[in-house]
Amino acid sequence: MALLKVDDLKIHFPIHGGILNRKIDEVKAVDGVSFEVREGETYGLVGESGSGKTTTGKAVMGLNNITDGDIYFEDSHLNAKKGKKIDVRNDIQMIFQDPYSSLNPRKRVIDIVAEPIRNYEKLSKDDEKKRVQELLERVGISSDSIMKYPHEFSGGQRQRIGVARAIALNPKLIIADEPVSALDVSVQAQVLNFLQDIQKEMDLTLFFIAHDLGVIKHMCDRIGIMYQGRLVEEGLTEEIFNNPQHIYTKRLVAAIPDVDPRNREKHREFRSQIKEEYQQSFYDYFNEEGLAFNLKQITDTHKVALPERG
Amino acid sequence: MLNQELLKINNLSTSFQIDEEYYAAVDDVSLTVRENEVLAIVGESGSGKSATAFSIMGLHNRGKIEGEILLQGQDLAKLSTSEMNKIRGKDMSMIFQDPLTALNPLMEIGVQIGEVLLLHNKNMSKTERRNYAIELLGRVGIPRPERTIDQFPHELSGGMRQRVIIAIAIANQPKLLIADEPTTALDVTIQAQILDLMQELKDDLNSGVILITHDLGVVAEMADRVAVMYAGQIVEESDVESIFVNPQHPYTRSLLSSIPATDYAQDRLHVIQGIVPSLKHLPRTGCRFKERIPWIDDDAHEDHPVLHEVSEDHFVRCTCYQHFYFPDENKEDQANGVTEG
Repeated sequence: MALLKVDDLKIHFPIHGGILNRKIDEVKAVDGVSFEVREGETYGLVGESGSGKTTTGKAVMGLNNITDGDIYFEDSHLNAKKGKKIDVRNDIQMIFQDPYSSLNPRKRVIDIVAEPIRNYEKLSKDDEKKRVQELLERVGISSDSIMKYPHEFSGGQRQRIGVARAIALNPKLIIADEPVSALDVSVQAQVLNFLQDIQKEMDLTLFFIAHDLGVIKHMCDRIGIMYQGRLVEEGLTEEIFNNPQHIYTKRLVAAIPDVDPRNREKHREFRSQIKEEYQQSFYDYFNEEGLAFNLKQITDTHKVALPERG
Repeated sequence: MLNQELLKINNLSTSFQIDEEYYAAVDDVSLTVRENEVLAIVGESGSGKSATAFSIMGLHNRGKIEGEILLQGQDLAKLSTSEMNKIRGKDMSMIFQDPLTALNPLMEIGVQIGEVLLLHNKNMSKTERRNYAIELLGRVGIPRPERTIDQFPHELSGGMRQRVIIAIAIANQPKLLIADEPTTALDVTIQAQILDLMQELKDDLNSGVILITHDLGVVAEMADRVAVMYAGQIVEESDVESIFVNPQHPYTRSLLSSIPATDYAQDRLHVIQGIVPSLKHLPRTGCRFKERIPWIDDDAHEDHPVLHEVSEDHFVRCTCYQHFYFPDENKEDQANGVTEG
């Protein structure tokens, strides 16, 4: 069942200019993106900087103005213009990229983790403290640390405090925007393992946004590849990595460094082959404006942005 | 046949002052870089890899340097700032991590390239400098160099900016190029392009390259030799194939098994217990990696770990590698919960 459904989402940012500072143009950050995140799965959104992946994530969180399109969570319409606003924010939480800037340095751990609880539930001081301690233990941080400040923790620990805050209200969906790209590889492994554990324990759905294909491959069940505000391919992780169809996906996959130095020459050759193919067949895969076509179903699970035939 | 030695570092120690006392961030490091060779220095933050690079370039602040840094026989550690200025940007140069902060936002690209040319080639005329700058930009793969030369850094994309940085670095055909995390700030397709470019330029100029990175994928793609650093020391050094195919030191093996690149979700990643100790709290005696592999017997470690040549040209510090094994899954789970008291 689809927990989150994004339907033809468009987010355009205006560019103001001229003497009257009128809107003269717009940036189409997200331009017609549709996908579903199913209950219990990990869905990965991949793309380079500027592809619109973070903008999409923020829109789901309600942090962006949506130009057009709909977002549904369970059965509620998140961006309904009429009628009463449905509050599902305690069901959707976000983990941010940089654990150094996403925690307020002047607040103690207890205040950081308790903030969402204070917004949605009325608990006595003692109950609140108990709850925060439980949460911290759950993410593997000693419950004695509640009076400490963020700077007293390492990067991996801070990211886990961020997770503790995100799971404080027992959310159903967690949006993780590049949660490990600021971390060293060993710390990264720690956070990734931990996210998988938490997901299993709490029956969470993860919406994972990243540019690192290694991380995405490791974490996700299904993947959507974004390019210039549009999806170019979507499929099961195996389909994307073993049988990429769109030239852009092929290029992304070919660009992942091979960790076996014995394959170096072969890999480099393959990469330049793909690059050539990319340059030659660009207009077979993109329209005159350089934008991707609409997604077409090629198997039950695999969709690719290809032009209309004939 | 081995190429000629270009840079030889003998027993380098770089110490920084914390509360009136000096602590060594680079501790007795010896390295050799040959012509047309890429030496990768790998390690996590705090391992001393960047401090090593900054020591070679003489860019460290208020640090104390001991040991020799011989660039073609000349000891850089003994030079004054003005003598260093004659070498920096000419015989050796550096490619920095973040191309946006490494470029001056208020200067046109051409002026920034011209600066390094002017400094080391006093008799070049203004037009010559400009023409040469255009040639350089073309060489690093910038599509319309005659236009780019009059642009400002903010008008270029990240990948193009990094190409400009590389153009500045190779302007005087340096013998030694130091690249500090050159692709960390870039997207994966751009990263591949920049790595290919660096490889190409290295072959053309016959330069030695020191590549500093924490990304083992980049190392596998680029390096000829690899030095793995932990807590200021080299713990393993060898040719790139031995490091990836036949790693010996527990730290190298742990790092390699924590990369999420190779397998699908079923597998759990290896997590190294504990954290990299801070400079001040570094254990100065015994094996520095000991506290992160507590399930290995104390007797397995040496009292004063030295580098052992385990096979030809493959060096490993301490004897603990002979006894090292990965703990089972359950023990690994506990490792996830390690916290500071």
